[in-house]
Amino acid sequence: MTVVQWGAVPAPRAEQPKVPSRWQALRGADRSDRIYKFALTLLALALPVLIIVMLGVLLVNALPALRRFGPSFLWTSAWDPVAEIYGAAPMIFGTLASSFLALLIAVPLALGVAILLTEFAPRSVRQPIAFLVELLAAIPSVVYGLWGIFVLIPFLRGYVVPALKAVFGWTPFLQGVFYGNSLLAGGIILAIMIVPYIAAVSREVLLAVPASQREAALAMGATRWEAVCSAVLPYGRAGLIGAVILGLGRALGETMAVTMVIGNRHDIGISVLQPAYTMAAAIANEFSEATTSLYLSALFEVGLVLFVLTVAVNAIARILIWRVARGTPAGSSAL
Amino acid sequence: MNRMTTAVLALVAGAALPGAAQVRLNGAGATFPNIIYQNWILTYNQSHPDVKLNYQSIGSGGGIRQFSDGTVDFGGTDAPMSDSAIAAISGNVLHIPTVLGAVVAAYNLPDVSQPVRFSPDVLADIFLGKVTKWNDARLSSINPGVTLPNQDIIVVHRSDGSGTSFVWTDYLSKVSSEWQQKVGKGPSVNWPVGLGGRGNEGVTTTVRQTPGAIGYIELGYAVVNKVPFGVVRNRSGNWITPSLESVTAAAAGAMKDMGPTTDFRVSITDSPGAQAYPVSSFTWLLVHKTYSDATKARALVQYIWWAETEGQAKTTELGYAPLPRELRSWIQARLKTIRGAVISP
Repeated sequence: MTVVQWGAVPAPRAEQPKVPSRWQALRGADRSDRIYKFALTLLALALPVLIIVMLGVLLVNALPALRRFGPSFLWTSAWDPVAEIYGAAPMIFGTLASSFLALLIAVPLALGVAILLTEFAPRSVRQPIAFLVELLAAIPSVVYGLWGIFVLIPFLRGYVVPALKAVFGWTPFLQGVFYGNSLLAGGIILAIMIVPYIAAVSREVLLAVPASQREAALAMGATRWEAVCSAVLPYGRAGLIGAVILGLGRALGETMAVTMVIGNRHDIGISVLQPAYTMAAAIANEFSEATTSLYLSALFEVGLVLFVLTVAVNAIARILIWRVARGTPAGSSAL
Repeated sequence: MNRMTTAVLALVAGAALPGAAQVRLNGAGATFPNIIYQNWILTYNQSHPDVKLNYQSIGSGGGIRQFSDGTVDFGGTDAPMSDSAIAAISGNVLHIPTVLGAVVAAYNLPDVSQPVRFSPDVLADIFLGKVTKWNDARLSSINPGVTLPNQDIIVVHRSDGSGTSFVWTDYLSKVSSEWQQKVGKGPSVNWPVGLGGRGNEGVTTTVRQTPGAIGYIELGYAVVNKVPFGVVRNRSGNWITPSLESVTAAAAGAMKDMGPTTDFRVSITDSPGAQAYPVSSFTWLLVHKTYSDATKARALVQYIWWAETEGQAKTTELGYAPLPRELRSWIQARLKTIRGAVISP
């Protein structure tokens, strides 16, 4: 056996002077390398710069509204283009409420799919099911919206809401008349839309969990379900949180499908049967006809709030993952 | 020089020649008149190949903005520019009416076959959330012989800013002082009750899918999609079914309050005409009073004048109400004031 080292490739003695230039090349002294490095740096910087520029444009355009309404923009709920009074609280509430409702439905569903596909399903059906679930992500959101109006809402009105009211009707979450277009419909549509993202990433995470983890649990006498709960899921928890946050990020910004079913009402209500509004939907709906500059500026401020909210959610997720991932290298590397 | 170069040179020359005589006119704005505007542009271009017109239906608000910024040569809008918006461009704008539209109250009552009648005050109170049941005494009393169900009224309005909303709220402001104080008029307002639907199609779909719903949509859209809509009592006390004739009648009725020099930015809702459908409105083209480019001004004025005369023949087949003939001479006089403009007969 020969030990192969850098620069130690079978080389005749005569070529020894070339070795220093090779080291130079490795240190980046070579011109083509420098150009290459420069180009890559430029490309890599383009994205952060883009984000800063976007933030700047939002800030500049939102300035008139920021000056006029100050921080109260965030907690007042009047949205009156005639009187030129704007407050974003109902939209902030609607965005968060619909997204968390979506997570509430989507996370168990997506995790279930991922666990089934990695641990329990027969090998022959794993690929087809995974493919079909991921296919959900390819459907345009306007199609989800149409499906929501023509299939989901009549179904909710006919079967789901009466049943829910019969069982949980006493809770504050199910008060009021169900019109169809509502927070509930928006949350369910969002849930269906984010399931494929959470499921696909969760599946990758679970696949990355070493077989030794399962085997160890099984060897201790755990059932397969106990092995999943006690060994596999905790091992991949950082990755799983990442998957959920990815879904949340998508839910926060989703526009078309939500606006078609959520009812577009500037109102805060704790009942999921009431219509609501989201920030993305309001911007899309009102931007083209925002005739006064203050109106336009208020919409820009809504955009700014959405931007900051999304960044904040992602930052919190990052911190959460770092915390959780301590000691589970496989979990974080699966991200 | 090879053959390739010669061919390229010929191409360049060929493209440049007609380009020298061509006038390009760009416009943007209201979506409501888009169908007829595109049709006009197509027809006009056949007889005037030297004028290249282009109209983007981006919405009235966007039209006003782009027109004010000078991005486009002319704008289109269903809601007239506000005084402050006009002041912002130093008053350099004329509103020229092109066709008429109307907004109807569409509803979803599967068991009611006759058209439901709405009086102005009941309509306002429904949208204020004060009349909440279909069998409300005030609705039943104006609908003798119609069995209205004991059902909640679900109000549906536009969630996007829209000229349709402007016309509807303009009408409600005129017939209800409470509406005027509480809500007011505008392309988007703070709706007291109801669900928001995006676009005419969004409101229509929501109305269709929700038993007991009432919403407002454009007349043409309601006719094409066969959505039942209400009969409304006008200022003269007649029950008027929305139709192209009753809409033109509204404009003709409103002309009594106008003169040849009146700003065309008038609202014709709640018109005094005996046969006038009260929720009618002009849609306008926005043009500058002075253009720096005289060729452009001339071409634009000639096109608009064509639209106001020959173009009007196209209106009814496309679902728009034509302007009353009496208005033509006023419009022509107004077009003549555009600087650099010469009208050839």
